Formats: sequence, C-alpha cells, structure tokens
Amino acid sequence: MGKAYIVGIGATKIDEHWEKGIRDLMTEASLRAIQDAGISKKEIQGIFVGNMSSGYLQGQEHLGSLLATWLGLPGVAANKVEAACASGGAAVHAAYLAVKSGLYDCVLAVGVEKLTDAPTSDATSALIMAEDQEYVAFAGFSFVALNALVYREYMRRFGVRQEDIALFAVHDHKYAANNPLAQYNKPLSLEDVLKSPLVADPIRLLESAPLGDGSAALVICSEEKARRLNKDVFVELAGSALATDILSLHDRPDLTTLSATVKARSMAFKQAGIDVNDIDILEVHDAFTVLGVIHLEDLGFAKKGEGWKLLKEGQLEKDGKIPTNTMGGLKARGHPVGATGVYQIYDLVTQLRGDAGANQVPDPEIGLAQNVGGVGGTVAINVVRRVR
Amino acid sequence: MAYVRSVPRAWRERQNKYRLIGGTCKDCGKTFYPYRGICPVCGSSNVEAKKLPETGTIETFSVVRTPPTEFTGQAPYVVALVRLDDGTLVPAQITDVEPEEVQVGMRVEAVFRRYREQGEKGIIEYGIKFRPVVNLESK
Amino acid sequence: MKGIASIYGYGAYIPVYRIEAKEIARVHTKGGEKAPIKSKSLPGPDEDSLTMAYEAAKNALKRARIDPSLVEALYIGSESPPYAVKPSATVIAEALGLSRKLYGIDMEFACKAGTTAVISVASLISSGVIKYGMGIGTDTAQGRPGDELEYTAAAGAAAYLLGPLSRESVATIEHTYSYVSDTPDFWRREGEKFPMHTFRFTGEPAYFQHIEGAARGLMEETGLRPGDFNYVVFHQPNVKFPQRMAEILGFTPEQLKLGLLSGEIGNTYAAASLVGLANVLDHAKPGERILVVSFGSGAGSDALSIIVEDGIVERKPLAPSVSYYIKRAKYVDYAFYLKYRRFILGVM
Repeated sequence: MGKAYIVGIGATKIDEHWEKGIRDLMTEASLRAIQDAGISKKEIQGIFVGNMSSGYLQGQEHLGSLLATWLGLPGVAANKVEAACASGGAAVHAAYLAVKSGLYDCVLAVGVEKLTDAPTSDATSALIMAEDQEYVAFAGFSFVALNALVYREYMRRFGVRQEDIALFAVHDHKYAANNPLAQYNKPLSLEDVLKSPLVADPIRLLESAPLGDGSAALVICSEEKARRLNKDVFVELAGSALATDILSLHDRPDLTTLSATVKARSMAFKQAGIDVNDIDILEVHDAFTVLGVIHLEDLGFAKKGEGWKLLKEGQLEKDGKIPTNTMGGLKARGHPVGATGVYQIYDLVTQLRGDAGANQVPDPEIGLAQNVGGVGGTVAINVVRRVR
Repeated sequence: MAYVRSVPRAWRERQNKYRLIGGTCKDCGKTFYPYRGICPVCGSSNVEAKKLPETGTIETFSVVRTPPTEFTGQAPYVVALVRLDDGTLVPAQITDVEPEEVQVGMRVEAVFRRYREQGEKGIIEYGIKFRPVVNLESK
Repeated sequence: MKGIASIYGYGAYIPVYRIEAKEIARVHTKGGEKAPIKSKSLPGPDEDSLTMAYEAAKNALKRARIDPSLVEALYIGSESPPYAVKPSATVIAEALGLSRKLYGIDMEFACKAGTTAVISVASLISSGVIKYGMGIGTDTAQGRPGDELEYTAAAGAAAYLLGPLSRESVATIEHTYSYVSDTPDFWRREGEKFPMHTFRFTGEPAYFQHIEGAARGLMEETGLRPGDFNYVVFHQPNVKFPQRMAEILGFTPEQLKLGLLSGEIGNTYAAASLVGLANVLDHAKPGERILVVSFGSGAGSDALSIIVEDGIVERKPLAPSVSYYIKRAKYVDYAFYLKYRRFILGVM
C-alpha cells in the first residue's frame, strides 16, 4: 500500500460567524487548503465532510454534494462522515483509506460545524445526540452533565482536586493567545476558571469548550503526487485509526478510562511503526478539562489517575516532555464539533512545518491528534510525521 | 424538531421505561438497561429480559443548570447513574430532593414521574426517576 | 358472607412538598386572615394526578400481594387528570402490568369521584363481571391565586384493590348509598383553568345537605346507628365542616379524629375521604366498623359502611402508612409553589 501525505491545510477562524453559513465556512476552508497545497482544485478527486449537527440545527444534509457544488466541482465523489464530535477525525480517516488504497490520488478532508444559529438550549439538544436518545437524552442529561459524571468519579476515585484539573483551561488559553485562528486569545487565570458559573456540577463554564463555528480542511495525496509538488517540508499521514467503546457510560465497567482511545492508539502506532515515546507533540480532545487529563493517561503518557501531574509540572508546555494543545486546544482554539479533528491536524502540521510562531515547539517530528466522539463512543487517532 | 414530537418513537419504549425492564446476558452475566437482544459487553444473543430491582444507591451524579430545549424550565435538576441492588447501572433523574442534598452513596428508590412533554399540545412522556429513601421512626 | 366486595389492598400517596397557610396569607392578605387549615400538600414539578395514583396503586398492590396481571378493572376518579381526553387509567394499567383484559375509565364527580370509582368496581365484582379490580381517587387541585380555595386545594391519591368477599381480606364493604341533586355549589366550565365557587352556599345546601342525606340513607337501609361505628370519615374541605357534620349526625370527636387529615395536608379533593379511610385502616382492628361519606360538588355524596376483617393485621405493614407520607414533609415558599404548580411557566 502507498503512503498518504498532507500537502495542504486551510481553516477559518473559529468564532460566532453571524455572516457566514455552513456552506460559506466549508468552502472557505477548502479553498485555503487547496491554495496552500499549490494545486488546482480540479485535481481533487474525492471530498469527505465531517459534521455532526447540520441536519438538526440547519435542516441541511447531503453536505458532500453541497460542498462539491459550492467548490465548483460537480461530479467529484463526496459524502458526509459522521461520528459525533469525532466526525473530523473520521473524515481524515476516510481520506486516508481513499489514498492508501490507491483508488484516489488526491482528496479533501474537511470538517465543519455551525452551532451558533440557534439558542444554547438547541445546541445542547444537538450535542446530547451523541448519546442514547431514548434512555439518556430522555432523562434530561446534557452532554456537559455526562462528562460531569466522569469528572466527579475521577476526583473521588483518585483523590484529585478540581483546581489541579482546571489548570488545563489556563494552559490552553496561554497558547491560544498566539493563534490568530483561535476563538479566544485572552489569558485565563485559575481563579477565573474556578469562579466561573457551574454548568453541570462540578464542571464550570470556563472548563468547557465553547460553542463556535468553523471549518478546517486538509488536502491529502499519494506520496507520488506529493513529491511532484514544490515543498520544503513533507508531512505524512503516517497512521490513522478509529475505535468505538460501548456507547453509554452506564453500560461500561469503568467511567474513568476511554477504552476506544487505548484501542485506536495501538492500531495507529502499529501503522506508523512507532511507540508512545516517539511522540513529540500532542493534540488531545479536551472538551472538558478532566477529559484532557484522562486522555493523557489513556494515550500512555501517564499512569491512571496521574495525568494531572504532567499538567501541573509543566510537562505539557512547548518545551516540556510532551507539548500538548500548543495552539489552544478545544477550550481556547475552539471546538466546532465536527471540525475539531481536522483543526487538530491543522495545528500539528503548522508546528511540524515550523510555522507556529511564539508557540513553536523545538523541531517536532511526530505528532498525534486524538479526536473523541461522545464520551469516548468513538475515538479517532491520526499520526503525522515530518519527512524531509 | 421532528423526533421530539414523534408519538410512535416514544410509545414503543414505554414498557422498558415504565417498568424498568433490563436484560441479563446468560453467557457473561452482565445485566443492563434497557433490554436489548444482544449483550453490549460480550456480544452474545443469549439474553433474557429482566424486571430490575427498584432500589439502589447513587454511583455518581451531576446537576444540570443549562438544559437541552426539551427540559427548559426544569433546571436545575439532578441526573445520576444509579447502581441498582442487582448491580445494574441505570441513568435517571433524582427527584424530591434539593441538589445540595444529593451525595454519592445515597440510597434511592424508584418512582414514576413525568420526564417531558412533546410541547404544550403533545403527549406527556413518563418514566422512572429515583428519590432518596427516607427513614422515619414510624413507617 | 354479606356485603358487596372486600378490600384486599389499600394505599395512599401524598407528595413531599407542603406550603403553610400563613405563607399564602403573607402574600395575599398580609398575614391577617385566619386560615382554615395549617398547611397543604402540593405536587412536585414532575408529578400529576396520574403519577400520584400510580404510587397509591402500587402500595395497594403491595398490601394485597396479588399478581398485577389478575387485576381486571381500573377506575380513576379525578377532576385534574393530565389529559382532558386520554384516561390516566391506560397509562397506569400499562405501567403496573395490569391485565390487558381491563375495564378501565377515568370519571369525574368533583371530590366524590374516588368513592364512586370504588363503588363501581365493587359492583363489577359483586355482579361477577370481574374478580379483582382497583378504584382510585386522585387530584392535584387547582386554587386560583388569591382565592379562598387556594389555602386548601391540595394534592394526594388513594387506591383500593377489591375482590370477592373474604374474612381474610383487609376489610369488607358491607353497604353503600348515594345521594345526588342538581346543586351548583362549585364548578368549572370547559377551557377554564380554575373553578368557580359560591361561598357560603357551599355549606348548608351543598356539603351538609348531601352528606347528611347519604349518611341517613345508609343508616336507614341498614338499621345501623352512629354508635355502631368505631370511626367516621367525611369529605374534608377544611377542618370545621367535618367537625360540625359529625356533631349534627351524632358522631363523637373521637370517632372523627383518625380520618380527619385536612389540617396538615389540605383538601385532596377526590382522594380526601379515601386517604382519611386509609389512615383509619392503618390503625384499625378486625371487627371494627367504619363509615365513609364523601361529598362532590355539583352535588352528591357516597356513603360506604366498611367492616375491618382479619387480614388487616398482616397486610397493613406491607406498604408505607399515611403517617409516613404526612411526616416526610418539605416546606416551600410561595415562589416555589407558583413554579411547581406551573403558574409561572407554561410547559415543563
């Protein structure tokens, strides 16, 4: 099987885009990626659009065909890819399969989400669709409340304090300050976070990823095609894996481990021929501060119950042992749900190319993006490798 | 919101919801809620329907303060995972209680209550919630 | 054995929430008014007359120790069903797993609907149409804010599981009587949220006339006199009316005491006399006799003469007592009262 290369990246700023609809956002990101790749858009043979809520919130499905039309590429293969908040990572995975199989030479993986056209309560209704509608959404759980259960159980079982976990939000905001695409660029203090209103006890507002709109896109090509392009740095999509877990928290044996992360990780490592020590830079899906901590553990960077120590000891900083969320993460860069998995790779590639400015990690070679759907119902892990 | 006002969708789950019907897997021993034909843990179809016990303890909980649209007006309310006396974990609201009074480990019992309405003109969806078990000197 | 049908299980339910009359007075009459009761029950935001009836029925099933699928009738008396059209009986029957072959219906006759439901089910049994059936009285009464009735309109339910005559049952309904006339003391027109009532007209021509009519009618037909009863339960819109009624008919305060709960929980409308009866049964001994006379506006009264049987001793402790529900009270203020009664929010 051939290799897959990421030759172009593009994204919109994450914001409440009153003037841009879902079609505008995904078109803008796609065109930027195509331009960054230095190819003609006519070379795109397939389009995979990751998105979670366009039907429910916008009344719009069939995003693949819609984007192909709006890009002026009618005829191209295209379809929507959905895996709740892992839709972006899953769209990248679909692109990976297309190119590695040899059937496609050059494709577009796009993630897009528009959450701000409706009141918060409607977005809340949309997000709980990642869980069982009939028995969990029916009981009034919000997505935040589900994660709050994990938070409470994590603190209780491992005796960890909320203030040590809430630091994740402070970390993200520090780095988002230097990311022009980030939704927020003001720093946050731990006190700000802990004083913010409760959304679903014990989760506070400033521990939760915000609602926002955005789109990010990647042009992914075969190695052969990539080499013909004039680039200084080549980035290979060296591994891509998806795994699921039992959908509902209440059916699982352990609330504090996302087994899909563990499964997807070992598959992705095998494909890329690496192990956990080879990872130079990390993007974790910290929709809530406690998840950031848990992901570090499930990915193998810390023992169960000790992920918070890496955060506290500064090991996640750009010059730390495992630089993590160095462009703002979900909390501060933003979390337009179906687009996040693609934004994570956009941020990693930016770092691998040396274009991260004040956030630059010294000479990273291998990066891992972990993108989570629901509370770990799906986990998509993509590994990128700089190739000279 | 088509699904919100779908009567058949709500109607077909009523037995599981009204009577707390779960399942036991005869191969791996797991009990789960609601009933379904295939065990979520081991994948076996050797599954039997079971009426679950109506008492348990709170395993973990949260207080919803920013509800989804269908529950606007009910906030703040308590959602929890209840560990029933046979080990099955079920998701449910905790009722007849102030959020500050709820604690992990609290003993609770099942009650039949309104969960939500399909709008002012639509049907009412009932289900099982849990309330704290109150022990008085004379019962 | 003489009688109409026997009671195999009984159960009551009072919601946990209470509001004190003086709290209502604080808002509406600046604390000056002398209230007709001390406090009343109110349903929680996720309760209605259906959910309350379910719990009362569950308690009755627990005491009866009968397989729910053998219960072939469910008659529910209420003036505050959650649907104007769609009986609570169907939902409760499904939720409890009663027989699919079921005589089910919701019925209305103001505060007398519960006793009428019980009498109707007893008749189905005595005529051989069914073996076991349940009659329930349940209401989440609506009092117009600022109106007199707001002090007393409360929430509660009581259920009676009946079957063939038996000495091993909890009690036997030996005789019934009903007295009805067109007397508009209290009514609610279609589409209106709150009832209308006619102040002092609800006394003599309504409450007293009909309860007396039904009580005397029953006593004439059976030859029983007040002294033959150990307990009497009257419909209880407040505390004063039942006390005066007892005096008029020749019953003592001792006989009235156990069945009179309105001081603590208010007027639970179609459940009122049946909850009073349940409290009596919680304390009664085999061989004792109880007179229950309900009153429903419009107007009418049902009288039932009930003999306690041997089975009460072991069945009584199988479900929570009325005292238990009365004691586990949480007091709320007027603002929460408005929120829970959905006066300030349309849909929950």
